[in-house]
Amino acid sequence: MPSSLDQQHYETVIIGAGMAGLAAGIRLALAGKNVIILERHNASGGLNSFYSQAGRKFDVGLHAMTNYVPKGTKGTPLTKLLRQLRIPYDALDLCPQNCSRIHFPDCQLGFNNEFAFFEAEVARAFPKQIDGFLALAEEVRTLDAFNLGSMPSSARKAVQRHISDPLLEDMIFCPVMYYGSAQEHDMDYGQFAIMFRSLFFEGFARPLDGVRVIVKLLQDKYRSLGGIRKMKCGIQKIHTSGDKATTIELDSGATITADKIISTAGAVETARLCTDQPVDAESDNIGHLSFTETITVLDKQPTEFGWDDTIIFFNTAERFRYARVEDELVDPTSGVICFPNNYQYGEDRQLDEGFLRVTAMANHDKWCALNEDDYLAQKSHWYDELQKVTLGLLPKPKNNLNFEDHRLAKDMFTPRTVRKYTGHLNGAIYGAPNKIKDGRTHLKNLYLAGTDQGFLGIVGAMLSGISMANLHVLQGD
Amino acid sequence: MTEDQVQQIVIDIIDEIAPDEDTTGLKPEVNLRDQMDLDSMDFLDIVMELRKQHGIEVPEEDYPELASLKSCSDYLTPKFNAK
Repeated sequence: MPSSLDQQHYETVIIGAGMAGLAAGIRLALAGKNVIILERHNASGGLNSFYSQAGRKFDVGLHAMTNYVPKGTKGTPLTKLLRQLRIPYDALDLCPQNCSRIHFPDCQLGFNNEFAFFEAEVARAFPKQIDGFLALAEEVRTLDAFNLGSMPSSARKAVQRHISDPLLEDMIFCPVMYYGSAQEHDMDYGQFAIMFRSLFFEGFARPLDGVRVIVKLLQDKYRSLGGIRKMKCGIQKIHTSGDKATTIELDSGATITADKIISTAGAVETARLCTDQPVDAESDNIGHLSFTETITVLDKQPTEFGWDDTIIFFNTAERFRYARVEDELVDPTSGVICFPNNYQYGEDRQLDEGFLRVTAMANHDKWCALNEDDYLAQKSHWYDELQKVTLGLLPKPKNNLNFEDHRLAKDMFTPRTVRKYTGHLNGAIYGAPNKIKDGRTHLKNLYLAGTDQGFLGIVGAMLSGISMANLHVLQGD
Repeated sequence: MTEDQVQQIVIDIIDEIAPDEDTTGLKPEVNLRDQMDLDSMDFLDIVMELRKQHGIEVPEEDYPELASLKSCSDYLTPKFNAK
C-alpha cells in the first residue's frame, strides 16, 4: 500500500541517513529547504552505527574518530565541520587517545596525538630514514590534496621518493590504508595526505558513549531544524527522463519527486538504481575490500591485563599486503586491534566493561556463499583464530590473568553484515576504488556524497555531506 | 537603516555562525578574512542568514562585496532600505 509519502514533492531528497546524509540534511534544513532523508534501515549511522545484544550496546565502524584537535584549534576539518553544522565542540564529548602502535615483525612504532612523539619513534627505530621521513611529513603538511600538480598520483611512488626502507614504508601505509583506503596495494597521494594528517598531525579521540553520541547529535540537530527523516524506506528505482532524475520509486511502491537528489548509497549502487542504466553498470568500479571484526566483552578493564594501547595496527607477514582476500574467509596476517576503554575519559569516567575489537580483511563472496550452519561455524572458527593472533601480539597478561576466564560475551560481524547494513556491493566498507570528487553523476540533478565522493572517516563523511550540499544545492541558490 | 546598523547585523550573523571567533574591535576597512578565520563556506552562511533573517538576496557574483564590514554596509544598506 502506498505510504503517506506518495506523490509528495521535496526540494531535495537525501538517500541514506549515515554521517554524510545527516550532515547534508542539516545544511539544507539550516537554509530552510524542504528536505527529506530516506533510510532503508531502522537505525541511522550507516557504516558507523551501533546495535544492542542482550542489553549491551556495541559500536560498529568507529574505533576512533580521526582528525582530533583540541577545542579552539582553527582551520582544521573538525572545526570547520562543527561550525558548518552549528554544533558546539563540547557536545561531541571528544576524549583523546592514550597511545597507539604500529606493530610489525621485529619493529614497533608508537604514536599519539602529538606528532613529535611519532617523529621521535621513527628516529629511534629508523635513524637513517628520519630526514626522509621529515621531508615527507613537510610535503604532506603543505600539499594541496586536490591538486597534486607534478607530484606522482601513486602514494607508494610519492613516499618512496623520501623513504627507502620498505619496512618503514609499509609501517606508515598500514594505519593509513586501514583507516580509509578503498584501493588495493596503493592509494591516491592526495587521499594519503588527507589520511596522514588526520591520523598523525591531528589524532584519535572518541566520546565515552561511542559513535551513538555523534549519530544522535546529528539526528537531533536535523530534527530541531524541521528536517524530515523516514526510516525503513528503501528505494527501488530512480526514474529518469533525458539527463534528469524525475521520480523516486520507494520499496513500498510510493513515488516521490524532487528538484535535486543527493545519494550516499555509493557510486555504482546509485547508478544501478537509475532506470536509464543497465543493471550491471559501472562494474569496473566496485570495491573489493571487506572486513570482519570480532568484539569481546571482558569483566575487567584492558589495563588490568597490562594492555594500555588505544589502537594497534599490526602486520605479521614479511611485507604488508592490503588487498582482497583470495583463498580464505579471513586474512589474519594484518589488522587492527582496538581497546575502546583506553581513551582519556577523565576522572571517574570509564566504560563499565572491558572491550576488545579486532578487525581484519575478509572475503565477501566466500562469507556470503556459506549456508547458515557453516556461517555460524566459520564465525566461531575465525573468532578463535583472530583472538590467537591478538593474544600473540599483546603483552602477556599481568597477574597471570586468563583472557578466557574474564570474557563475558563475544560477537563478530562479517562482510555479510556490512553488505546488509550499508548496502555496499561486495560489502566494501570504503566503497568504490575510484572516487567521484565533485559528486557529479550522469544525471544533472543527482549527486553523490559520502564514502564514494572520497572524503574518508567519520569527519570526512560529514564534510562530504556538507560540501556536496553547499556546492550543488546552496551555492548560487 | 544606517550603515552602522547594517554592520551590526553582519557582526551578529558572524557571532551566530562562528561563535568561536572574536568579533569585538573589527576594523571596518580591513577584509574580514584577514581579521578572523573565515572561509568560503562561512561566507555562504552569511548569505544564507541574510536571506533567512532579513529577506536579502545576495547573488553568487556579488559575494566579493561582502569582503569587509565597510564593503558589506556599502552593498547591503541600499538593499535593506529598499525593502
